[in-house]
Amino acid sequence: MVLQKEPGGDGPFNDEEDLLAGLKRGERGAVSRFVADNIGRMRAVAARLVKDEDLAEDCVQEAFIKALKNIDRFEGRAKLRTWLHRITVNEALMVLRSRKRLAEDLIDPLLPDFDENACRLEAPWPKRLSAEDILSQAEQRALVLSKIDELPESYRIVLVLRDIEELDTAEVAEALGITEGNVKVRLHRARSALKKLLEPLLRGEAP
Amino acid sequence: MTPSYGSRALRFMKGLMLRNLPLMITCREFEDFLLDYLEGNLPRGQRRIFDLHLAICRECRDYLAAYKETMALGKRAFDDPAAVLPQTVPEDLITAVMEARHPDSEK
Ligand SMILES: [Zn+2]
Repeated sequence: MVLQKEPGGDGPFNDEEDLLAGLKRGERGAVSRFVADNIGRMRAVAARLVKDEDLAEDCVQEAFIKALKNIDRFEGRAKLRTWLHRITVNEALMVLRSRKRLAEDLIDPLLPDFDENACRLEAPWPKRLSAEDILSQAEQRALVLSKIDELPESYRIVLVLRDIEELDTAEVAEALGITEGNVKVRLHRARSALKKLLEPLLRGEAP
Repeated sequence: MTPSYGSRALRFMKGLMLRNLPLMITCREFEDFLLDYLEGNLPRGQRRIFDLHLAICRECRDYLAAYKETMALGKRAFDDPAAVLPQTVPEDLITAVMEARHPDSEK
């Protein structure tokens, strides 16, 4: 059986309170609905952090299990979806933490350029971006994602957590076991490096 | 292709000015403040110095514009409309979740 109901459509568990009650009673229908509504978003979150489809799927399953085990403790102060998102990020981070440390020295050539007078070297910025003229939205997305993947792992993770998952500096520091200062440095370097990698796109040159 | 960065002599003069005049910071110092500036963490005095540098430095202005555009592109890249739609659910996942809920490990 496959469940493909639109959220907000007719049927049981459309209301968050209903759904929550169903989940607390352990009803299979409620669990199916809960999974169907959230799994797409969770897969995306896990995949962009762990960069491996199988590992991402494991994260998602583990996140659902944790969520259901703790559903009685969920008090409805936050949105169910927000709560689940946080659990998924934590699962993905656990996978990441178990990986080996990655080399961090690859980012230097991608950092901003200065001359010997401490003056910035920066070509003029075009008034109007032409990236939109050259590439479709989907092509643009694909290109940007591929450039993000070129960032060294320790920078990429910080960029994704801060800019995409919107964790704050303290949360990222805690999740990765590094200082807040270190999070800021990595975030800034990651953005600078990504800017350099995207320069041809930003300036409307062929990628 | 080497991008054009403008005349060396002009940059030498600019560096001299930025290093020596009051209320001026170099581009390198500007770089160190950038994140705190964007996150609104600079005290008012420092913020004014930062804004002043932006007003006189074409390079840092353009750099900041490209930096912000990069952040926006990054956010948009992950904004996949397909992920929000309800998806087909593997039944074995539902079963695994249901089984894990069974109370032998609870409390
Ligand atoms: Zn400058």
